[in-house]
Amino acid sequence: MSSDAHHDIDHKHEGVKPSAEAGRHAARIRAIEALLVEKGVLAEEDVRRQIEYMEANSPANGARLVARAWVDPGFKALLLSDTKAAALELGIDASGPVEFVTVENTPGVHNLIVCTLCSCYPRAILGRPPDWYKSMEYRSRAVNEPRAVMREFGLEIGDDVEVAVHDSSADVRYLVLPMRPAGTEGMSEEELAGLVTRDCLIGVSVPSFEGARTDAPGTANPAPRR
Amino acid sequence: MTPAKFEPGDRVRVRADGQPGHVRTPGYVRGKTGRIERFLGAFKNPESLAYGGSGLPEKPLYKVGFRQTDLWDGYAGRTQDALYIDLYEHWLEPA
Repeated sequence: MSSDAHHDIDHKHEGVKPSAEAGRHAARIRAIEALLVEKGVLAEEDVRRQIEYMEANSPANGARLVARAWVDPGFKALLLSDTKAAALELGIDASGPVEFVTVENTPGVHNLIVCTLCSCYPRAILGRPPDWYKSMEYRSRAVNEPRAVMREFGLEIGDDVEVAVHDSSADVRYLVLPMRPAGTEGMSEEELAGLVTRDCLIGVSVPSFEGARTDAPGTANPAPRR
Repeated sequence: MTPAKFEPGDRVRVRADGQPGHVRTPGYVRGKTGRIERFLGAFKNPESLAYGGSGLPEKPLYKVGFRQTDLWDGYAGRTQDALYIDLYEHWLEPA
């Protein structure tokens, strides 16, 4: 994703960038953490381990899943039917009570992920969500004007394509399996993974490939290149 | 868990009456009619968990699909656009 692609959303959110408000929340959280440690509910070690776990996952995991699915139809079938099992095949441990579902973009359907109630996100695979994903603006507008939101990210969805929004408000986390761009037939799995950005896995972007026509089916404009 | 009451293809209406406190059914789908897409499994009830409860019995969870034009007056997208949301069975009634 180029730096200016989500301008519109980011700009309107300068008011919630680190601020006195955020500072107060952080101070409160530190105070609660200190109390929990003091009372023996949890140890500093637990906090550190959880932070390390959160930091260990990244969108690169999602890119590997997508690239493997593009080159291996059997893996693609597994990813779509049992995302946890597919992740484990690539050494990504997403075990836990939360379920994962991968939704597939096709020439007729483009998927977009949001959590309107908070910021549910497939953290066990992709790590932390981007700030805009947690913003009130994205959460409210992605459900009732998804095409306008995607346009602000530089993604125009064709009139003949169904936009399918997934509101992951309960116990299931979603990721998008984008379509493989044309012109990438000779590329290695690793090179393919390099085309898949975090935003493609949320659905506000699609992978594109320079040197090929970048109008992935269903999109009138190419997604911006990194 | 109680046996799942709905099957894919069933038409369902989301309960319109709310309840105070923590729920996972956003206001914009309440009272709206959609279609069961798939059964997602049984999960601890978040409305109990949020208040220190056991979350038991587990509640069946469904992916429910809606036409966007049924959810929003003056929806500006295309008529084929859809919204899918995961809802617990006790929020759903046959439509």
